[in-house]
This record gives sequence, structure tokens and C-alpha cells, in this order.
Amino acid sequence: MSAFPIPMLSILTALPVAGSLVLFALGRNKNLVRWSALAFSFAALALTLFLWFHFDSTSGALQFQERHLWVAPLGAEYHVGIDGLGLLMLLLSSIVVPIGMVASWQIQERVPLYFSLVLLLQACLFGTFTALNFFHWFIFWELSLIPAFFLIKVWGGPNRTRAATQFLVYTMVGSVAMLLAFLAIFLATRQFDFIDLAALAQSGHLMPAVVDKLAWHRFTPEHLGLIVFAGAFLGFAVKVPLVPFHTWLPSAYSEAPTGTTILLTGAMSKMGVYGFLRILLPIFGPQMQVVLTPLLWLAVATIILSAYAALAQKDLKRIFAYSSVNHLGYCLLVIFAVVKFTGGDAALTAEKYAAMNGVLLQMFNHGLTAATMFWFVAMLEKRTGGLRGLNDFGGLRKVAPVFTGLMGIALFSSLGLPGLNGFIGEFLIFKGSFPLVPWATSLAVIGLLITAIFVLGILQKVFSGPLNEKWASFPDLTMGERLALAPAIGLMFALGLYPQLVLGVINNSVVQMVQHLRF
Amino acid sequence: MTWIVQNLWLVPVLPTFAAGINALLKQRSRIAAASLAIGSMALSFLLSLCAFAHVLGNRGGEVVLTQNVRWFQFGNEWLKLGWMLDPLTAVMLVMVTLVGLLIFIYSVGYMAHDENFTRFFCFMALFAGAMLGVVIANSLLLLFMCWEIVGLTSYLLIGFWYAKPEAAAAAKKAFIVTRIGDLGFLIGMVWLYAQTGTLLLYDGGAGCLEQSSLTHLVAQTTILGMTASAAIGILIFCGAAGKSGQVPLHVWLPDAMEGPTPVSALIHAATMVAAGVFLIARIYPLMGAHAGTLLTPTIALQVVTWVGAFTAVFGATIAVAQYDIKRILAYSTVSQLGYMMMGLGVGGVAVGMFHLITHAFFKALLFLGAGSVIHGCSDEQDIRRMGGLRKYMPITFAAYAVGMLALCGFPFFFSGFWSKDEILHAAHNWSISQAPFYMGAFGALLTAFYMTRQVYYVFAGNSRLAMASKDSHSADAHHASGIPHESPAVMTIPLVILAAFAILLGFIGTPAWPWFQSFLEDKPATFSFAAFSTPGILPVMLSSSLLVFLGLGLGWWFYGRKPIETAESPDALGELQPSIFTVLGHAYYVDTLYGATLIRLNNWWSRVCDWLDRWVWNGAVQTVSYFVLGVAWLDDFFDTNIVNNGFDDGCQSVSRGGQILSLLQGGRIQTYLRIIGCALIALVIFLLWGAKA
Repeated sequence: MSAFPIPMLSILTALPVAGSLVLFALGRNKNLVRWSALAFSFAALALTLFLWFHFDSTSGALQFQERHLWVAPLGAEYHVGIDGLGLLMLLLSSIVVPIGMVASWQIQERVPLYFSLVLLLQACLFGTFTALNFFHWFIFWELSLIPAFFLIKVWGGPNRTRAATQFLVYTMVGSVAMLLAFLAIFLATRQFDFIDLAALAQSGHLMPAVVDKLAWHRFTPEHLGLIVFAGAFLGFAVKVPLVPFHTWLPSAYSEAPTGTTILLTGAMSKMGVYGFLRILLPIFGPQMQVVLTPLLWLAVATIILSAYAALAQKDLKRIFAYSSVNHLGYCLLVIFAVVKFTGGDAALTAEKYAAMNGVLLQMFNHGLTAATMFWFVAMLEKRTGGLRGLNDFGGLRKVAPVFTGLMGIALFSSLGLPGLNGFIGEFLIFKGSFPLVPWATSLAVIGLLITAIFVLGILQKVFSGPLNEKWASFPDLTMGERLALAPAIGLMFALGLYPQLVLGVINNSVVQMVQHLRF
Repeated sequence: MTWIVQNLWLVPVLPTFAAGINALLKQRSRIAAASLAIGSMALSFLLSLCAFAHVLGNRGGEVVLTQNVRWFQFGNEWLKLGWMLDPLTAVMLVMVTLVGLLIFIYSVGYMAHDENFTRFFCFMALFAGAMLGVVIANSLLLLFMCWEIVGLTSYLLIGFWYAKPEAAAAAKKAFIVTRIGDLGFLIGMVWLYAQTGTLLLYDGGAGCLEQSSLTHLVAQTTILGMTASAAIGILIFCGAAGKSGQVPLHVWLPDAMEGPTPVSALIHAATMVAAGVFLIARIYPLMGAHAGTLLTPTIALQVVTWVGAFTAVFGATIAVAQYDIKRILAYSTVSQLGYMMMGLGVGGVAVGMFHLITHAFFKALLFLGAGSVIHGCSDEQDIRRMGGLRKYMPITFAAYAVGMLALCGFPFFFSGFWSKDEILHAAHNWSISQAPFYMGAFGALLTAFYMTRQVYYVFAGNSRLAMASKDSHSADAHHASGIPHESPAVMTIPLVILAAFAILLGFIGTPAWPWFQSFLEDKPATFSFAAFSTPGILPVMLSSSLLVFLGLGLGWWFYGRKPIETAESPDALGELQPSIFTVLGHAYYVDTLYGATLIRLNNWWSRVCDWLDRWVWNGAVQTVSYFVLGVAWLDDFFDTNIVNNGFDDGCQSVSRGGQILSLLQGGRIQTYLRIIGCALIALVIFLLWGAKA
């Protein structure tokens, strides 16, 4: 456990909090507020990049750890640290938040409040992705709902109140179930630390301890284990989301102001997958193994049903919302597939390395691509006064060729075109999960086809065909917008052509994650 | 390792790089865009010639030269990509760069008036780069990636005139239909990866097409009792069938004719659609992998043969009844691709590839000729409104006639004859069934017939363009006369060069001097007329020649005897057999069938999913929320009326007492003072009274 001299991770989490306070002090000058918010997000990005370049990718172990006793009777330590997974998520959050801010530039009401809530949300994301003790991890996890709730409720579309309430209550229900599960574990083990709990689980002592303490005679140990697992599972399944726990998502994504949708899909949805990887896989592996078949079906259903649902939508934001569910469904497919064979089957570890690297890449790529796609929606809304229906346009390529070209790149990245970032993640996922679960994987490729259909449908209906005269003076991207988009588009190409940029950093952590899957 | 092998990557990268620069150029930088694309292509052509020369000079040495590089790492292994140089690659490289170069030059003339000229050359150069990537890839993954980018450029170029809704729809259709096949390719690829642990085709003995992997693959039995190699081969063939327009995935190719004609020539005739055939040729060791010394063809190759033979006849019959000059050629391409697949199935790599190469030249020639015709007839594509163009466009006519005869397989002097004949010969010797041979022979007859029909319609008789175009094109001063004109030299010179190849290429693959076949198989080629006397060669040759003459004769009988007078006069064959002609004219209603079944099912299912989402999943959540609200309301009711009321009654009696008592504590100073005053008086009286007492 190499100690870094400065508590980098705490500083990183504290920075956006400080930023949100400063914004309030700045008062009413909207541009000053916007630029300072952006400056804070760039400072966070700089810090994350500092971590990225000082991360020892050859070891892949947890790094930049800080561990202090906090509330001793509750087993609550302040324990933070990151491995490749956490680092990648920090980087993603730091990239997505500035995008969300720029896409929110046109917001005119209560600007200081808006941007300080965004920074607060970023702090919660950082807190969640670095915490290694359930106690404060859960605080950040829950706290993140509050800025998100207000961002939707205050600045959202016509049905914002309903969408925000549904979002809050739904995720809260999941979280409560998860809290109960962890309280049960805590009662049995007096432990809240993820690392220690994972060690307990892998040694096979976790669930017997729970059974010892919670001696409810009606339940066999297996059933009790499953109940505890179900509680924790529900919390993450709602967050990702997994069909059928996803119904809050389309309305939340489409009602939220588009800048906020970028944060929800780009970064917050990754909290769920992160939870699966960091918490469920190491701690509840045996339970997942027991219910593997239904879980795989749920993942396949998530992939296929959400892709088809996207095909039926007429609102660009709802299409992309379902597309998000579809993309993260691939991650869940792998997460379930890797518990199928555990233990000494060395032949399949190579497949698991591929699949899990694919999951991490997919999370990052989806965050980047979805954020960029919603960013284009925000630019579209800005030009059309909020219109974003599939059939509201037509022939825009004629008047806005650069807009079309760059949005086309983002759309094709989402479709998984080789040469752009989406492809490598999907390839690794299919390469890894096919030998593990051939039938589920073969079914899952249908999602790729349906994605192609709706992505090309957007290109056809919005940008091709005769120009809709209503938009004859639709302005193309300004130089400022092109410059702002350039890094995101550039990153798509960079990762598509040279994925080693990310894989080189995360691979050893993935290897350790897979090696710890022994129960 | 020699210089050319190490730097072979430059061949695809140069056009790709040119495309990248073109993407950043302004629309008005026309000359720069065209020069970049053509220049990069010319360089690639020169490099390809070097590569070809290297392979020629390396006869008898190592057949496959590879260069592999690390790409990224997962777990403990590196995923490697690589490129390779073998006779197959060399031949394809030269063909793609040469045809591509000629078509690029032609496009300068054809696209001269287009406002998106720069973008056109960007997409074309990107296509060339990706296609060359497919050709040199030594990794199935790299091949797949380039394959998908080829699909993207095909999409972009079919939809090049994006303002036309048909073009936009055709582009989408092409991408999606080919992607259906690509799903099979993807699954086959990951399966192959899982079985062999590598996607490198050749890797010093460890590649997935090399003996150790193949031995492993044929030893595995999977679904339907197939060997793993057969199952994987068939899955990969799905991808090839999508790209190469094999039935039932052929529906996108005719619609792809919405793209500019040079695109149809390069992508949808000569190169991209042939990529499927090339892919099967590339993975031929896998397709043909045997478990032992079995002599019958493998299941995978049987599938290839049957699909190819069926497609060959299917496409040819439809081509008979089309009126659009480009759609006739498109269905002809479908049919010819079927021949190539069949050739691979029955005869091996050399047989299929020879037809691929000759077809690339003569079909590119035909498309460019058609483009010249369309250009000269003010964008008219309906052959009923053409006619008599022989007089107005002599160079185009001569070149087109060469292409037509090559496609028909006119004996001895045209390349198509030799390559098609070889397929028929191999089909004749096929051990499973004679049916593919007869299907191929029937297709050859049809080919000669529909090409004769087309040529008579377009070039013979009198021009029917004038009367048709008077109203529709009157605004266009250049064409107001309605008189067709010959195309500029920048367009006709490529035609002449292609025509030369359409004739000469045949002579490198005759039975007497099978140089091409020997080159691909890395054997020395020998020259001997005695080869003609090999049993089966001459009878097949003779019968196929007879069929060609029969087709030409029938074409003349129906369309050449008396000139077609007006654009409205009915088709001669259509008059004879109206119902069959209508079915063929609608391409067997396959599109209608798909629209009524698959597409409707897909749309219906997407609505079901949406409905499930809105009512079932969300409904369940809403039900729970209403249930919770109901419980809350009951709770509230209980609280207000039962708990609270009982409590309230008790409270009220206490509070009534309190109210009375509270009168004493009204908080008014006057009252207090009054009471105090009264009390004082009472006290004083009491004390006084008491004292007295």
C-alpha cells in the first residue's frame, strides 16, 4: 500500500464542492459564473490527468489510498483509493462534466444555482468512484441524487416534476434495499470495508457469518444469501439500469435539461456498472452464480428490448436514452457471464480478461459518445428553440454540413464502427463473452443491428432528403462550437485507432479483478 | 523481409490519408481534392505493381509473406494486427488500384458539375483505402474493420445525392442489409478466435488458417453435427453473402444504383461487392478444411456453391425484365457474383478469383459506359427513352460493345468467356451434383440475352430521347436540343483502357496457358494446346459457346429484328409472356415480401417493446406506487378518524377544564390587578374583622 504524500483523492472530491460555494459568492454575473464553473471543472480534469499520469499501471493495485478511522463503533473508516477502474471513471467524469457545462451554456435562469449543483454532482461522482468503505460510499451515492433531482425539477421540460420525482423515488427504493442488505452484512461481520468484505467473501466466510447472526430459521443459508444479494442487486440494477427496472430513465433523460442529461448518461449511469464491478462481483459472486441464467436473460432482454424501444421513439433524446440502456446492457451481459466459470479454469481466464477490459472500455466509450450525442441535441435545441423530434427536420445536411458530419461521427461511434471508439469495447465484449455464454452472446448481436437501424434512421430523417424550408436558415456550427467539439471527436478517433491508450492503464487492474473471482 | 513487404501498409494508408486531408478541404478546393485522391491512388498503384513484381520474382520461395504488429493488450496477451503479401493479395492490389485509378480519373469528368465534388473524392479515397486494407489484412479482425469501413463508404456514396429521398433510403438499406450478414461474420470471427486463440491468418504456423488450427477445428463437432470449421465458415460466409449480394441478402445492390455511376462502377461492380468473394478465397483453407482424406467438398463449400448457383440464375432472370440501364447491370452483377461464389465452391480459389478479376474490368467498363450514356442523355436512365446512341456516341458504343461481349462470354476473344468457362467446367466436374452446372449454363444463356436486349434498346434504332426529354429538360440550355453527345476525353480514355483489359485479360487464364491459376497456386505455368484435349474441356466450351450464340440470337429476334419505335411501345418479351415479365420486372417481389414480413415484424416488435415499456414495466411501477399511495391514504384515514378522534375526545375534556382554568390566566394586567385589588380588599376586611374579633 504505497502512500502518496498528498491526499490527492480527497482534494479531488473537495475541489468541486469548493467550486460550488465560490459560484454562489460570485452572484449574478452569468458569464462570470459560467466561466468559473468551467474553470473549476477544468481544474478537476487537470487533477485527474495528474492522477492518470502518476498511476502505476504496472501494478494495477489500489493506489493513492487514504485510510483514517472515522466512526469506530460503526466500522466506518474514511478509506479512499483507486485502481484502473476507479481512475477511468474519474477521468470519464472529469471529461463529461465540462461537456455538460458547455451544453448548458444557454440556460438563463438561476445560473449560479445550476452550475453549483453541477459541481456538487461532480463531487458526489468523485466520492463514489473513490470510496472504499460502504459508509461514506453510500453517502456520496445517495447525495448525488439531490443535485440531479433539482437539476431535473427546476430546469427540466414540461413534465419535469413527475420525471424528477419518479427518478428520485425509484432510485431511492433501490438504494434502501441495498442499505438493508449492507446493514445485514454489517450486523454479521462488523465490516463496511469493500476490500475486507471481498476478502471475506472469497474465503467463503461471509454468508455463513450472516447466517450465524441472522438465524432466521425459516431460511436456508442459500436463500438468506440470495435475499441479501437481491437487496444489493436492486440498488445497482435500478441505477444502470437493467430491464425491467429502467422505466425511470427515458422520462428522466428526456425531461432533464440536455446539459444535465449529459451528466446523467455520461457519468451517473456508470455508477451502477461501477457498483456491479466493485461491489457485487467480488462480494456476491456465489449468489450471482446461483441465479446466473435469469440474470443473463435479463441482460439480453435489456440489450434487445431497449434497442427495439429506441426504434419506436420519435424524440431524439428518448432514442438516445434507450440507446444508453442498450449499450450498458452489454456491460451487464459480461458481468454476469464472467461468474459462470470460476476457480481454476485457466483456459477461460483469457476470455474474461478480454471481456472485462471490454466492459471498462465500453463504459468509457459510452460515456464519451453519449455525452457528445446529447451535446449535439443541445446544439440542435438551441438553434430550433427546443425542437428535437425525429420528424421535425429534414435535409439539414444541405445547410449545416459540418454539423451533420461531426454528429455523424458521433452517431457512427455509437453504432460501433471500426476506427471509432465504440468498436473495440464491443469487440472485446463479444470476443470474451461468446466462449463463456455462446447463446446469450449470439442473441445480443441483434442489438447491434437494431442500433444501426435507428442510428441510420436519424441520419436519414434529420439530415437527408429535401431540405425542410422551415430550416433554410439553420446555422451551421460556429468556429467556437467546432473547437469545443474537436477534443471529444479527436478522442473518439484516438481510442478507436489506438485503444492501448486506455487499455495499457487499466489492464493490470482488470487482471487482478478477474483473479479475485475465486469462490 | 524486403522493403515492399514491410511497407505494404502504405498502399491502403496513402488513399486514407488523402481522404483525411480532403475531409478538411473547403468545397471549392476542387483541383486539390481530385489531385490528392488521384495522386495517392497512382502511388498506391505503383506500390502494388512493386508488390506484384516481388511476388513474381519470389516464385518458389515462401508463398505468404507477413508482417505483424502489436495493437493492444488485454490480460497477458497482445492482440496483433498485420498485413500479408501472397499471390492473391498481389492480384487484388493491382486490380483494385488500377480500376480505382481509372474510375477516379473518369469521375473528374462525370462529377464536374457537382457541388460536392470535394466530398466525393474524399469518400472515394476513403473507400479505396479501406478496400485495400481488406486486401492486405493478415488478421481477420483487421479485415473485418476495413470491411465495415468499406460498408460505411458505400453508405456515404450511395447516399451521395442525399437530397433525394430514394438515395437516402437506398443508402440506409445497403448498410443494414449488409450488416445483417456482418452479424454472422462477427459471431464466426469471435468463435474462431475462441477456438484458435488468434485472429492472425498466418503467423509462422500459429495463425488461424494454418495447419495446427485447422486440425483443431475439424476435430470439434458442433450444432447439426457440423465440424467447427464448417460452422464458422458458414457464419463468415453470411458476411460475404451480404457484401456480395447473394440471395437472400441481394436486395440492397440494385437500390445502390442511386449512387453516382462511378460509385456503382467502382464499389458496386468491380471491388466492394467482390470483397465477399475475396473473403471466401482468403479463408479458403478454413472453408475447405477436411477431417481426413475425405474427397467430397466440405459442407461450407457446398453451401457456397448452392447459394452462388442459385444467385447466378436468380439475378440473371431479373435482369431480363428491367428498364433502368443501371439496374440491369446491377442484377447482372448479382448474377455474376453468384458465378464467382459457385466457382469458389466447385473449383477453388483460382477459378473464382479469375472471374472476379475479369468481371471487375468488364463490369467497370459497362458501368462507366452506362455513365457515359447517362451523362450524354441528360441524366436519362430508362433504356426505353434512349436508342440510336451508336451514332452520337461512337467511342462509348465501341467500348460498351466490348464490355457486353465480355460479359456474355463471347467465345475466344473476350475475357469473360475464359473465366466463365472455367467455372462451368469445374461445375461439370463437381462430385456432389450436376445441378449447379446446368444452372450456370442457363444463366449464361440469360446473360447473353439480357445484354443483347439492353444494347439494342440503348444503341440501336433511332433516338427516342428527343421526344421524351422535350418537356422535362427544356430548361437546360445545353440539352434543349435533346441530342445526345459523346462524353469528354477524360471519360472516354478510361473506357478504352478498360476495354483493352476486358479483351486481353482472358488470355492469361486459358486452359492452354493457365498462367493466372498457376500464379495463384504458386505453380509454374506451362503452355500447351494439348490441354484443350483434356476430357470435358472442349464439350463444355462448345456448349457454353452455343448457349451464348443462342442468347445473342434470341436477343436479336426479340429486340433487333425491327427497331423499337417509341418509348411507350411495349417490351417484346413482355408482350409474349406478360405475367412472367411482370414478376421478373418486380424482381420476384422479394422487396415486397420482406416489407410485408420481416420489416413489418420488426416494426411491430419495436412497437410492442415500446408498449411493454410504457404499460407493462412502467405499469408495474405505477401500480406499486399507487398501492403505496393507497396505503398512505388508509393510514391517513385511520390516523385522522380513529386514532386522532379517540385521542381528541380525551383531549377535549381536559382542554375544556383547561379553558375554564385558563380564564384565570388571560394575560391581561388589568384583570390581574383587578383580582389583586379585590383580594387585597378582601384580605384587609378579613384582617380587620379578625382583629376586631
